Amino acid sequence: MSRRRDGARVPAPLLVPAALGVLFLALPLVGLLVRTPWSQLGRQLAAPGVGEALRLSLVSATLATVLSLVLGVPLAWVLARSRARGRSVLRALVTVPLVLPPVVGGVALFLVLGRQGIVGSWLDDLGITIPFTTAAVVIAETFVAMPFLVISVEGALRAADTRFEDVAATLGAGRWTTFRRVTLPLVAPGVAAGAVLCWARALGEFGATITFAGNFPGTTQTMPLAVYLALQRDPDAAIVLSVLLLAVSLATLLLLRDRWLGRAAV
Amino acid sequence: MRSRAVPAPLAAALLLSGCGGSTGGDPGGTLTVFAAASLTDVLTELGETLESRQPGLEVRFNFAGSSALAAQVVQGAPVDVFASADDRQMQVVTDAGLASGAEVFAANELVLAVPEGNPAGVTGPADLAREDLAVALCAPEVPCGAAAERVLAAAGVTARPDTYEEDVRAALTKVELGEVDAALVYVTDAAARPGSVDAVEVPEAGVAVNEYPVCVLDDAPNPRAAQAFVDLLLSGEGRRVLADAGFMAP
Repeated sequence: MSRRRDGARVPAPLLVPAALGVLFLALPLVGLLVRTPWSQLGRQLAAPGVGEALRLSLVSATLATVLSLVLGVPLAWVLARSRARGRSVLRALVTVPLVLPPVVGGVALFLVLGRQGIVGSWLDDLGITIPFTTAAVVIAETFVAMPFLVISVEGALRAADTRFEDVAATLGAGRWTTFRRVTLPLVAPGVAAGAVLCWARALGEFGATITFAGNFPGTTQTMPLAVYLALQRDPDAAIVLSVLLLAVSLATLLLLRDRWLGRAAV
Repeated sequence: MRSRAVPAPLAAALLLSGCGGSTGGDPGGTLTVFAAASLTDVLTELGETLESRQPGLEVRFNFAGSSALAAQVVQGAPVDVFASADDRQMQVVTDAGLASGAEVFAANELVLAVPEGNPAGVTGPADLAREDLAVALCAPEVPCGAAAERVLAAAGVTARPDTYEEDVRAALTKVELGEVDAALVYVTDAAARPGSVDAVEVPEAGVAVNEYPVCVLDDAPNPRAAQAFVDLLLSGEGRRVLADAGFMAP
């Protein structure tokens, strides 16, 4: 993960495609900013429900990231370090949510956690209903976003030097202590990068959320859902909401970078 | 938007067929129809009919929400025929000066869709206010949601929906999966899912009848085939296919 920052001039064969890459990614953003009706900004942002949708988006994306960290880091360790059979199958399973169209992911979540679902029907008997709740938003976002974290952390674990772990073991550290005190600090930048990817993906999640959690202001209507519906009625409002979501997410990531994550993460 | 509407190879094919059509008057080529999602089954059938009568003709469809389609047409997608689920989205296209003389060819109204067997015992719109039911309505931003608001107002019911769906088929899917007990959808949508969705009539449905207009775009790459398609849609044969699917005559 170390980088040379000084004297690393970009070779010409990299420069042109890199510049094209930047243009390709940045131009749609420029298009959005050019079309933004800046004069209406205040009025659009003050519209009822905007603050609510933004708050819900940030809270649910953060919860989804926490859940992904709790489940995803151990999973990444298993993929990278354990010698158990069937790891390649496991790795393929982890990428399923990346391949699945999110709307299909939402339907799949229904089939498991919905009222008629394999697990959901049983929960329903206990009086627990998941669809159309904020919990469903977090679950849908976690389903779609967690693979980004797992893949990042697994890559970091594979790249990390295992000799440090071996040394810790010879010095008498148990496996759990080694993981906590040696492995985790070693791959912290990878975990941070994965968490950022995961959070960003969760924040922008649309298909699985609107399918599994539905769309209700205050409980399940996140910003991407609000943007989509605004687009049906008032494209200007949709652009303002998109720019707001973009600004808030960029500001959060930059703030985090300075505070906690270190430079490698963002 | 443009690349989403029609993939590049298709766009190239359209350009080629457009040239062929204007110089030789060839009845074949490609016909591109943008149509509201609720017309999927009916227009696909009519498209196949037209293809069988005009050898060499290929009819391509883009089915989606009317407002998304209208936006794509305005952004310059090469389209021959546009069939909208409501007048408002047709106006988006006519106001942009891209077409004129849209004709209404069908109408549709709302019905209560319930999972097969009606497990929650829904009898009418008043049940949408019941707290113990999971209810889906279309979002007020889309045509079926606007219609639902009018029908509920006429019925004097304050519904307690659990979700405002982004389009009518999304609402229908939730009924089909048994995740909601009732949803207000179009008659034709409920009829498209026999065996998994039952319909409960709504006496007040008449206050919000949805009319479907169709037009040939002024810059249609294949105007002859486009007119043939619209003529077929407006003919007795077209009306029969529409009626079989549950559409009302305009």
